Amino acid sequence: MTAALSDALAVTGRNLRRIRREPEVLFFSTVQPIIFVLLFRYVFGGAIKIPGLSYVDFLMPGIFVQTTAFASTGTGVALADDLSKGIIDRFRSLPMARSAVLAGRSLSDLARILFTVLVMVVVGVAVGLRFHQGLAKAVAAIALVAFFGFAFTWISAWIGLSVKTVEAANLAGFVWLFPLTFASSAFAPVNTMPGWLQAFAKATPVTPTVDAVRALINGGPTARPLLISLCWLVAITAVFSTLAVRKYRSIS
Amino acid sequence: MDAVVVQDLVKTYGPTRALDGVSLTVPEGTVLGLLGPNGAGKTTAVRVLTTLLRPDSGSATVAGIDVLKDPAAVRRTIGLAGQYAAVDDKLTGAENLRLVGKLYHLPKQQIAARADELLARFDLVEAGGRVVKTYSGGMRRRLDLAGALVNKPRVLFLDEPTTGLDPRSRLGLWEVLEDLVADGTTLLLTTQYLEEADRLADRIVVIDRGRVIAEGTSDSLKDEVGGSVLVVRAADPPQTEQAREVLARFGEVTDLTGGELQVQGGSVDLVRKAATALAKAGVEITDLALRRPTLDDVFLQLTGHAAEDEEGAA
Repeated sequence: MTAALSDALAVTGRNLRRIRREPEVLFFSTVQPIIFVLLFRYVFGGAIKIPGLSYVDFLMPGIFVQTTAFASTGTGVALADDLSKGIIDRFRSLPMARSAVLAGRSLSDLARILFTVLVMVVVGVAVGLRFHQGLAKAVAAIALVAFFGFAFTWISAWIGLSVKTVEAANLAGFVWLFPLTFASSAFAPVNTMPGWLQAFAKATPVTPTVDAVRALINGGPTARPLLISLCWLVAITAVFSTLAVRKYRSIS
Repeated sequence: MDAVVVQDLVKTYGPTRALDGVSLTVPEGTVLGLLGPNGAGKTTAVRVLTTLLRPDSGSATVAGIDVLKDPAAVRRTIGLAGQYAAVDDKLTGAENLRLVGKLYHLPKQQIAARADELLARFDLVEAGGRVVKTYSGGMRRRLDLAGALVNKPRVLFLDEPTTGLDPRSRLGLWEVLEDLVADGTTLLLTTQYLEEADRLADRIVVIDRGRVIAEGTSDSLKDEVGGSVLVVRAADPPQTEQAREVLARFGEVTDLTGGELQVQGGSVDLVRKAATALAKAGVEITDLALRRPTLDDVFLQLTGHAAEDEEGAA
């Protein structure tokens, strides 16, 4: 067990070092959500009226969740990259723990996602976001967002290991996240959408997660969306980590 | 004792039999060259022996350990440098080696020392602190090989170690490999360069389409093909056809790469007769020589196609 942990940490260290060597990648991956914040806040913000809430307070929880969903796609791209360059072969020929490559990847990506979320918090505060429910709930909100990102990294890992090329991992990892994150309560209240879209929006993990984060920041009913969100995230993590590990084992 | 014993390995991918009953042995402390064109099954064989791939059937032991029953123990004993230099191009050379040392679970205080030792051995001391992205192809290969040696493996597997290298880097790598073997390492290397097998390998196993089609020393394989051959090159490419007709009177003519023609059963007498006949026919030639068979000839004869014919096909 200690060997498994130290191997995973060695891989984590390697992954984080790679991120540090390419600060421009990290920089640009935060520029995109910042642009989203500015566009939504100032272009749509005047037009979208949320009863009892400023639009920035409504918007930022949605941005947090969407940003982590998009950031999670980096996991699959990185795994596909390692796979195509023979790095994973090298790892597999070493007497290291079998779990270390995936465990190390998800640990380093959790760190990367946390960093991105914290940047978004700073940006949010700069454009007017306030945490109305105090520090403890603010921390809980951030933790839930990070858990959401963590769960989605496993979906991304499974995609990356399945498609095996960086380009395909990029496309396959991204494309479905647009409808999933936009058709939700992230940017506009679900009850303003047509009936069929409401049905879809309510049936995804995005809406309850955004609702829960929003409640933890702004107040309102928290328990129900939080519980539904946690169920989703636990299920996604369980199912897709199993699939990803199985995919990793079958690499030959 | 045999460091590698392979018995009747079979691995199929759909209808393709990548390995179709391969058996071979590598005595301890010797070099086996696994020779064959792209797609012959060389890489598949190495992947089975290094625990990356499970065969459909057959068995293999490395350093006396069963590859299928105890892959973890095999991994502690071997070193592998694959077809693509599997080094992390965003880490420095030293960081790459230290990462491998960590994952081999070397004692903490030895990891940095071992990395420095290998950088020195592979002439990478100055480059050791630089990110691998800045390395030349030869430097990447040397670093990859250094990574395979971190654990001082008893058996080393190299899959086409010099493919894509310029001649000078190739020569440098050969010298390093010769030193390793002199220190007692058993080496199994795959190559499509016959020259490489000729220089490094004690024994050669030729595989084609997943089967062993010949084995022996470089000399014994050449003897199998027969004695010397006559090689002729016409001055003008259009005259090659004419030259072929003339030479066909003396024996079977085969085409070599570069427009050369080859006649089996070369002798001084044949040289004289062929020269006279070609002159009479008005064929101008730039080269006419008696040559001892090369491994290329062996390959051509054994497989019916040249070793590098299918380059890029697999």
